[in-house]
Amino acid sequence: MPVDLATVRRIARLAHIAISDAEAPALQGELNAILTFVEALEAVDVTGVEPMTSVTPMKLPMREDVVTDGEIEPQVLANAPLAEDGFFLVPKVVE
Amino acid sequence: MAATPANSKLIKGATGEWEVIVGLEVHAQVNSRAKLFSGASTEFGGAPNAHVSLVDAAMPGMLPVINRECVAQAVRTGLALKAQINCRSIFDRKNYFYPDLPQGYQISQYKNPIVGEGEIQVDLTPEHSIRVGVERLHLEQDAGKSLHDQSPTMSFVDLNRSGVALMEIVSKPDLRSAEEARAYVGKLRSVLRYVGSCDGDMEKGNLRADVNVSVRRPGEPLGTRCEIKNVNSIRFIGQSIEVEARRQIAVIEDGGVIEQETRLFDPVRGETRSMRSKEEAHDYRYFPDPDLLPLEIEQAWIDALAAELPELPDAKKARFLADYGLSPYDATVLVADRETADFFEAAVKHGGAARDPKAVANWIMGDLSASANAQNLPVSDAGLSSAALATLVDLIGEGVISGKIAKDLLVMLLGPDKGADPRALVEARGLRQVTDSGAIERAVEAVIAANPDKAEQAKGKPGMLGWFVGQVMKATGGKANPQAVSDVLKARLGL
Amino acid sequence: MEIELSDLTSLTLAEARDGLKAKRFSSRELTEAHLQAMARAKGLNAYIVETPEQALAMAKASDAKLAAGNAGPLEGLPIGVKDLYATKGVHTQACSRILDGFKPTYESTVTAHLWRDGAVMLGKLNMDEFAMGSSNETSYYGPVASPWLPPNWSAEKARAALGGDKRGLLAPGGSSGGSAAAVAARLCLAATASDTGGSIRQPAAFTGIAGIKPTYGRCSRWGIVAFASSLDQAGPLARTARDCAIMLGSMAGHDPKDSTCVDRPVPNYEAAIGASIKGMTIGIPREYRLDGMNPEIEALWRRGADWLRTAGAKVVDVSLPNTRHALPAYYIVAPAEASSNLARYDGVRYGLREPGADILELYENTRAKGFGAEVRRRLMIGTYVLSAGYYDAYYVRAQKIRTLIKRDFETVFADGVDAILTPATPSPAFGIGEKGSADPVEMYLNDVFTVTVNMAGLPGLVAAAGKSAEGLPLGLQLIGRPFDEETLFSLGHAIEEAAGRAPFPEPWWG
Repeated sequence: MPVDLATVRRIARLAHIAISDAEAPALQGELNAILTFVEALEAVDVTGVEPMTSVTPMKLPMREDVVTDGEIEPQVLANAPLAEDGFFLVPKVVE
Repeated sequence: MAATPANSKLIKGATGEWEVIVGLEVHAQVNSRAKLFSGASTEFGGAPNAHVSLVDAAMPGMLPVINRECVAQAVRTGLALKAQINCRSIFDRKNYFYPDLPQGYQISQYKNPIVGEGEIQVDLTPEHSIRVGVERLHLEQDAGKSLHDQSPTMSFVDLNRSGVALMEIVSKPDLRSAEEARAYVGKLRSVLRYVGSCDGDMEKGNLRADVNVSVRRPGEPLGTRCEIKNVNSIRFIGQSIEVEARRQIAVIEDGGVIEQETRLFDPVRGETRSMRSKEEAHDYRYFPDPDLLPLEIEQAWIDALAAELPELPDAKKARFLADYGLSPYDATVLVADRETADFFEAAVKHGGAARDPKAVANWIMGDLSASANAQNLPVSDAGLSSAALATLVDLIGEGVISGKIAKDLLVMLLGPDKGADPRALVEARGLRQVTDSGAIERAVEAVIAANPDKAEQAKGKPGMLGWFVGQVMKATGGKANPQAVSDVLKARLGL
Repeated sequence: MEIELSDLTSLTLAEARDGLKAKRFSSRELTEAHLQAMARAKGLNAYIVETPEQALAMAKASDAKLAAGNAGPLEGLPIGVKDLYATKGVHTQACSRILDGFKPTYESTVTAHLWRDGAVMLGKLNMDEFAMGSSNETSYYGPVASPWLPPNWSAEKARAALGGDKRGLLAPGGSSGGSAAAVAARLCLAATASDTGGSIRQPAAFTGIAGIKPTYGRCSRWGIVAFASSLDQAGPLARTARDCAIMLGSMAGHDPKDSTCVDRPVPNYEAAIGASIKGMTIGIPREYRLDGMNPEIEALWRRGADWLRTAGAKVVDVSLPNTRHALPAYYIVAPAEASSNLARYDGVRYGLREPGADILELYENTRAKGFGAEVRRRLMIGTYVLSAGYYDAYYVRAQKIRTLIKRDFETVFADGVDAILTPATPSPAFGIGEKGSADPVEMYLNDVFTVTVNMAGLPGLVAAAGKSAEGLPLGLQLIGRPFDEETLFSLGHAIEEAAGRAPFPEPWWG
């Protein structure tokens, strides 16, 4: 199922990656090449087959309710592009 | 199914009557020491980004590990809601971008939640209750906090709350009015506090609701609903429903159509507003989180948790009605809060003696509550022990003090004489009431002798008895038994 | 016996380990020899960050431990680390611009194990951006040149190309291209790598070295930049199967910080090297014989089966009917998981931040600038296949096919097969700039023999099995039962012995 330019732009918005009008057609071609490649799967009979939930058979391990982490502000902020008074700063978000 | 008396909840519009349909999605912060998938603390407050681990900050290569106690709290809550506990449930990623969502996705549960259908019995009045269905309960991560008012151009992001465990409890659309919705949240909050899975502190944001409202003419299919997000007080839940229902009715009666949208309640303006629309509705692209396996819990563990559950409000209320002969009103008030109920029982049973439960209840619901509220403390913690309350009630029952003196005694016990033994205090302050008829008669004679004109007038005016009683009480330093004084005065004045 | 400094880099990891223990040389000497080799080899672009001071400090500490008789299993041995692994205080960017300047304050569990066991860190190795690629050509830091000369190229011609855009020089494979090139060029004794669809095994085959992707869950993923969570696995690249076994022994192990990491004891993998393979049953899956298959690869495969038969194994035909669906299914599942795993790269808390009038612009500009073309392609495909209306048709379907693929293997193993022998790659190494520019799928086809193993979560090992007619390395792949890496090490060693150890290329690069 090929994608049209409007879909390419919608996906780029969902993925939060800016694409220019110039880039869009080439990107559309690339995506369609991949989608054509995976189209072969439509023909496979998957009746009664469960989707894989875990590659290795094991139970989800649970941990004890003990505080073992946190209180490491310097580490949390060490690589921040912009921080002030212990907060991460971003351009204003309008609710 | 809500069993509402027909027509009593309907709203009158310009063109006829309307039914309001309400469903609530309550987000309850799980009572646990550490977060749902990280070992950082859930403590309220703290310096910005203090209670944040590398996992919470979504550093490259970080992975979630689930906290057993959070799972247990969800199971306990499900059991209290008489709900289906799912031994196998899946954690899904809900993908969207927001600065307080560091991973770019929230770990939640979509199609396979840990708890399925259940129900809550909600008392609208002490005698009349409705059954409200619960659709499901699931576990999910809370997001961090963005402060937008610290600067004109920048938002400040604090991830302390990011990753804290939340239980999302979804009701069925069984509620039919603001009043029912308020009662539902109140009861749910009470149940959560009984179970201990959430402290229900709405001021701290530990309990908040998304309110879904739609309207329809009675008998017609469901209308389009709007969701009012993040309402953080029971009062506002009620107000927002009323405001939104009327808005929808007005739109429809004007010939318009309700758009399915997310709205915010503005309590100052008393209106709901559409949230700034994004270009698209969110496509969350839910899929099972590949860093986590399906959660599998054993029935044996569920049974063990069930065995440890405390007596829940409905059962406690039924027992109070049966064992203590309390009125439905009193029983409802006392069981609303577990600590109060326990305090009441401890006072009734203190010392193994039987004392009048109704008397104990009245003191708790009256003077003691008033003092507790003024101190912003729970009744059980207001400064009077259950033993002391029991003693107070005994002193009245034994006739040692009158009800009026008891009130004064209570003030002392809550104030300058905190922790004192009431019996000892009565003796020390000479608070024993005067019941000796001779002494009372002498006091009455003295007051009548001092006020002969009034005594004459009183013969025809029964209302003046009160003044005389007051005078005699003053003369005896408040210690005379008021009933006895009244009886003697009536006889002497010929009333 | 005097050992030349330059000879020190010719030792295998095992030989170096034994030499240190026998006090024939010191870790400092060993480390210096490698640092010198690295200095000469900058043109190859295998290392993107070198850590000589740290390396020498670690070597010094190791020498003290060796002297005190306190040596760990990897004591004093110089190792290279793929840029995908978080190394505390040291550049960690998954070779992407979006992690510009990122220096983690933490160490990945796997590398922590290496340092615990005494290894010495030489630096961070080049890779395809976010591990997405099969040739190391998508790296923000530029391509890596394989130390193997293209057929009929002179050293001069190669050196000239090194100085330019490297076009025509051989790709070392990917995504662990830098790791493979460094091992083959003797710039480290071994390297850490990762494998999501073949990123250890394909480069191993291209550069004539050994590599193993262990069973999913054998090693911890904590602190390794995530690409596709249900497929990613850490593993070593080294010059021999024995070296890989030694490395895996340190890398593997339970980690409570990774919910998908199993709690199983780590066996002595090295003990499996040289163990008899008599009586083992080797499966040859007919579906791996592709139409138009490279005849040299087919001949190599047959030769490999003969070697194992000669060594006493039984060789049988088996069927893995869903093999051909693995690659398309992989290119749905992996991008889908990646699209979610890479959402955290948003310019807010670390890495690149591009200016924007509002938060939305900040996100979009940062990610547009920070991600390369291949990563962008895969994130968009991933976003698409998870989106409303397509989730069932693509993602769920691909996960069902995954169940079928795993079931194929389970059936074959249940029938008594101990390991499966297949080619590792459809061809020997190709040239840089040769593939993928017109059609992204062309590059993806490199993974055709390797992705099945990740989809089923099984262990897969590649051993050097000879040379093509043009003198380029060729490798063979062995696929094993879950957590039976030992069988793979035994078989891999048997193949190496049969193929004979070919020398690694002499430095033409500097």
